[in-house]
Amino acid sequence: MESLSNRKKVIEQKPMTLAERMYLPAIAKGLAITFKHMFKKKETIFYPEQERPISENWRGLHSLKRDENGKERCTACGLCALACPAEAITMIAAERKKGEEHLYREEKYAAVYEVNMLRCIFCGLCEEACPKEAIYLDGPFVGADYLRKDFIYGKDKLVEEPLKS
Amino acid sequence: MELAFVIEKFALVIVIFSVSLGVAAYSTLAERKIAAYLQGRVGPARAGWGGMFQPLADGAKMFFKEEIIPTQSNHFLFIAGPSLALLTALIGSAVIPWGQPLTFGDTVIQLQVADINVGVLYIFGVVSLGVYGVMIGGWASNNKFSLMGAIRAASQNISYEIAMGLSIIALLMVTGSLSLKTIAEQQSGFVNWNVWVQPLGFLIFIICAFAECNRTPFDLPESENELVGGYHTEYSGFKLGAFLFAEYINMFVSGAVMSTLYFGGYNFPFMNNLLEMGVHPNLVTILGILFLLGKIFFFIFFFMWVRWTVPRFRYDQLMNLGWKILIPLSIANIVITGIWIVVKEIYFK
Repeated sequence: MESLSNRKKVIEQKPMTLAERMYLPAIAKGLAITFKHMFKKKETIFYPEQERPISENWRGLHSLKRDENGKERCTACGLCALACPAEAITMIAAERKKGEEHLYREEKYAAVYEVNMLRCIFCGLCEEACPKEAIYLDGPFVGADYLRKDFIYGKDKLVEEPLKS
Repeated sequence: MELAFVIEKFALVIVIFSVSLGVAAYSTLAERKIAAYLQGRVGPARAGWGGMFQPLADGAKMFFKEEIIPTQSNHFLFIAGPSLALLTALIGSAVIPWGQPLTFGDTVIQLQVADINVGVLYIFGVVSLGVYGVMIGGWASNNKFSLMGAIRAASQNISYEIAMGLSIIALLMVTGSLSLKTIAEQQSGFVNWNVWVQPLGFLIFIICAFAECNRTPFDLPESENELVGGYHTEYSGFKLGAFLFAEYINMFVSGAVMSTLYFGGYNFPFMNNLLEMGVHPNLVTILGILFLLGKIFFFIFFFMWVRWTVPRFRYDQLMNLGWKILIPLSIANIVITGIWIVVKEIYFK
C-alpha cells in the first residue's frame, strides 16, 4: 500500500558483516562497558547502620499520641478498628478512675490496644478515622521477629514516650 | 633418590597444594566481589574487613550442611565423582614451572614439581581426565538433569579439546619442545613471549580454556535456568563444595598454563637487566614468581569479567563454534605457522 504520510520506514534485516559475525568485537565492547561500571558509584545501602531516606508521607509503625499535658489521647471509641480493612486493630476500653486524670485525657481510655503487624497493610485509614488525632503511622520500619505472637504490638510498643518534665 | 630430594619435592608439593587451594578459596570471594562491582554493588562485606573471611564462612557452611546421597544413585560413583574432579584439578599444577631455580650455596631447588619432557601432553591428559569427575558424578546421581549436564560437559569438552590441541600444535612448532620448563625459558624478556608469535593460537586456546573450565559463556553443563544445577543437582554439602572448588582450581591451573605457554611464565620485562645489574638471583626468582602469580590472577579476573559480561551460548551455537569455526581456524593456524617458519628459515636467517 502507498504511504500517505511518508513516515513509513522499511526496515530490512541486513546480513551481518564479518566483524559482526566474528562476535569478538561485540564482546570487547561489552567488556569495556562492564569494566567502566567497576568504577562507578556503588548503590549499596548498608541497611542496619545506614537507612534509605524516607518520604514525608511515609507510613510506618503506629504510635499512639499524647496531648500537650502528656495524657493519652485515645478514648477507645473503636473507629480505627472499624475503619481497618485488614482487621488488624483490637482494643479493650476501660473507665478512668479517680486520680488517673493525669494519664488519660477523657473519661474512657483503651486499657489494651493491639495492632497485629502481620495483618496491617499500612494503609493509614486508622489515622484518617480517628476523631481524637490519637493514632499516627509515623514510626520506623516494623522489625523482623521469630514468632507470630511477637508481631502483635501492644500499648508498650505503641504509646508515645511520656513527656519529660 | 636421596632423602633430601624427596623432602624438597614434598615441601614444594605442599606449598603448591596449599597455594592452589587458597587461591581457589579466595577466587570464590573474588567472583562475588567482581560480580558485585560490575553490577554497581559492593558484594560480601560483613565477614571481616571487606568480606575477607567470607571464604571461611562459606567453607564452614558447606561442612555443616547435611550430605544427602540419593537412594537411587550409585553410591560409590556418587562419591567418586567430586573426588575425581578435585583430584584432577589439583594434579594439573605439577608440571608448571613456578620460577627459576633457587640457589642456596651449593643446593639448587627447582621450583617445579616434575620437569617431564612431555609436560604439555601431561596437562592435556589431566584436562581430559577432568571431565570424568563431572560425567561420573552426573551419571551416578540418577537424575535426568544431572545426566543432561554430564552429557553436555562430556561432548563440550571433547569438542573443544580438539581445537585446543590443534592450537597447541602450532605453538609447539614454534617452541620445538613439549617441556613447559623449556618453553618458559625460551620466552625470557618481553618480546620473546609466544603470544606475539601465536596471537590466533592464543585466542583459540583461551576460548577453549573457557569451555574446558565450564565457564560462562560455555557453562551449559551447569546452566541453572535449564538444568536446575546441571551435573551437581543432587549434590549437597562438601561434595558440592568439591565440585565448585574444582572449577576454581581449574581456573587457577589454566591461568598458569596460559601464562606459561603464551605469556612468558615467570619471565618479566628487563629481568636480564636486573640480573646484570647485580641483583641477587634469588630475589629475581621471587619477583618472577610474583609476576607469574600476577599473570594468573589477571587471567582469573578475565574469566570472571567475561562471566559477568557475556550471556550463555545456545547448545547448537556452542557446537558450531567448536567444530565449524575453531577447528578449521586452528588448522589454518598450523599451516600459516609452518609457512612462516619456512620463510623465516630461508629469508630472515
